[in-house]
Amino acid sequence: MKTNRFQWLLVGMLASCVILPVQAEQQLRFPVNPPQPREGQLLHTPPTMDDLEAARMHPELKRVIRRGHDLFMNTQQLRGKNVFNDMNCSSCHMGEGRMPFASPVWPAAVVLPNYRPKNDHVNNLEERIAGCFSYSMNGIPPEYGSDDMVALAAYHQWLAKGVPIYQLGDYYGRGYPIDQPSQEPSHERGHALYENNCAICHSSDGSGMRVKGETHFPAVWGDLSYNWGAGIIRNFTLAGFIHHNMPLGQPYTMSVQDAWDIAVYINSHERPQDPRYEGDVRATRARYLESFHKHGFYGTEQQGRLLGDHRNTGEKPILKPEVLRARTFTPQ
Amino acid sequence: MKTPRKTLLMMSLLLSMPLFAGIEGDAERGRTAAAVCAACHQADGSGMHIPGGESWPRLAAMDAGYMYRQLVDFREGRRTNASMMPFAAMLTDQQLKDVSVYYSQLPATPGQGGKDAAADLLKLGQRLVEQGDWERYIVPCGSCHGPASQGAGSNFPGIAGQHAGYIERQLLDWKQGKRDNDPQHLMLAIAERMTEQDIRAVAAWLSTLPAQ
Ligand code: HEC
Ligand code: HEC
Ligand code: HEC
Ligand code: HEC
Repeated sequence: MKTNRFQWLLVGMLASCVILPVQAEQQLRFPVNPPQPREGQLLHTPPTMDDLEAARMHPELKRVIRRGHDLFMNTQQLRGKNVFNDMNCSSCHMGEGRMPFASPVWPAAVVLPNYRPKNDHVNNLEERIAGCFSYSMNGIPPEYGSDDMVALAAYHQWLAKGVPIYQLGDYYGRGYPIDQPSQEPSHERGHALYENNCAICHSSDGSGMRVKGETHFPAVWGDLSYNWGAGIIRNFTLAGFIHHNMPLGQPYTMSVQDAWDIAVYINSHERPQDPRYEGDVRATRARYLESFHKHGFYGTEQQGRLLGDHRNTGEKPILKPEVLRARTFTPQ
Repeated sequence: MKTPRKTLLMMSLLLSMPLFAGIEGDAERGRTAAAVCAACHQADGSGMHIPGGESWPRLAAMDAGYMYRQLVDFREGRRTNASMMPFAAMLTDQQLKDVSVYYSQLPATPGQGGKDAAADLLKLGQRLVEQGDWERYIVPCGSCHGPASQGAGSNFPGIAGQHAGYIERQLLDWKQGKRDNDPQHLMLAIAERMTEQDIRAVAAWLSTLPAQ
């Protein structure tokens, strides 16, 4: 009985799911062919902002979800307060956080609270969002329960509409999955690939492009990029992001190998300090090695330089936001 | 660095010939050379939307580096158009730089051709420009063409405030394989995913927007 209903649900979702392949009446030179769903994967097409307008919900709730969407797309409105680099949430969670293989954000709304190895305790949705603020945005998260935090969380929850909660299973298109490369990733090949495919937007020095004093193309390394604690400093995560999403508008043109090569090239540059740094980069690496840093170059020598050996926090005035604290869940 | 005098001389030369996005041109000389362009692009660089015919793009306030690259591409045959080609070929390389700098400094003029479009066509256009359609992998135009689609450097030209007829022609040309000179085919990849209806819609909408 139970299984039957769940399968029914799976099929129902499959039917309503628009999977990307751009169909052609003409032969496309840049077809978009994401991986097909595997047997047993949960598929979900998140609702759009149009669906929100049409939904039967309290107008005030719609207004708050719209506010969350606006914060997600234009997180730069919190620059100098919660955000200290050139990112919006949508810089990495592309297509409004709805796109498969661009780490769609709705799974967090249905699998949390859950244990997270990164901080070794149980996190809820707001804490997960605070994580991306602290690392990916090199920022200081809005307070738990604040208007901005509740609005962002509401937007995540809205995107998850219709997904059964707490099915800690396999979701189609979650994160930035990628296979292992067939050859050892090469900094040199990565450099050449970066110049030919990425530098036109992200610039040869990684700083991206600002137009009229505003972020246009986000920085991929340096002071205005994500910091050394961000999930995307892991080579496999960055490689996955690139393979599925870059160059902009031409996903899957970088092979798995290309994506790894570019990832090790980008990740062998400097960026703001990991907020968990305690004064010694090798010690910080060692402390978070298993859960995190073994997948990246932080605290290792690359191109003759020890990466992360500095106190530079970019534009952020402090090193560690207060919310990044341990939880014990034991009575005081 | 031999003598301070020489350095000074070089500096003053540089100052009288300002660098525009990596190209060195003289607007005054450009004005003279541009006399032959006015028949189509008009004396104020406004160009013209010609319903049912071949529209002439607005050049006023376009990025100089972008225009120069297009002119070279016309000259070298990387971009083809029978009306435009002879004019790119008749000027020297320095003159191409001069006219580009000249037009880039003229004040922008309004786009034409979208005002009478149907409301739902304009709505579709606005949506594609601002939000794109990720399900079909049509990336929002502003993600490349800059804030308000008014341009970003010399590789991503401003498209807001351009004439509808010209925008439509270019997108169809990419879709049909007739324009092929865009860097890394960044534009081609988007244009080939658009329907003719999408193209009419963005062309109409963009032409109603301010260029600056
Ligand atoms: C620099 C890139 C980057 C930016 C910017 C960014 N994130 Fe993330 N985010 C990631 C990565 C990487 C992951 C982990 C993906 C994975 O599972 O491999 C992630 C995961 C998440 C998740 C969990 C998704 C899941 O599958 O459970 C949520 C929720 C989230 N981010 C929200 C946000 C919000 C909200 C913002 C803006 C405040 C933001 N992110 C900004 C890179 C980024
Ligand atoms: C046409 C311009 C363009 C090109 C070319 C391009 N990108 Fe991007 N990239 C963007 C934009 C714009 C975003 C933000 C996503 C959004 O706003 O939809 C982005 C986001 C990113 C991000 C996540 C945010 C950050 O700044 O770290 C990475 C990493 C990235 N690109 C890497 C690459 C790599 C590697 C290449 C080459 C293979 C590449 N990009 C080519 C425009 C481009
Ligand atoms: C006979 C009419 C005509 C004349 C004269 C003419 N052009 Fe053009 N020009 C065009 C047309 C038509 C196009 C659009 C071509 C296409 O569709 O690819 C164009 C395109 C251009 C473009 C590319 C604009 C863009 O946004 O990509 C530039 C730059 C340009 N012309 C400059 C000039 C200059 C400089 C002169 C004078 C030396 C000149 N044109 C003379 C008709 C003309
Ligand atoms: C991935 C980046 C990217 C996106 C997204 C993009 N463009 Fe472009 N577009 C370009 C580039 C690069 C050029 C310049 C081509 C060249 O240099 O020849 C261009 C040129 C153009 C031109 C010709 C301009 C001229 O003056 O000749 C038009 C029109 C245009 N784009 C319209 C659009 C519209 C409409 C959209 C949204 C539906 C869009 N573009 C989205 C990259 C992009």
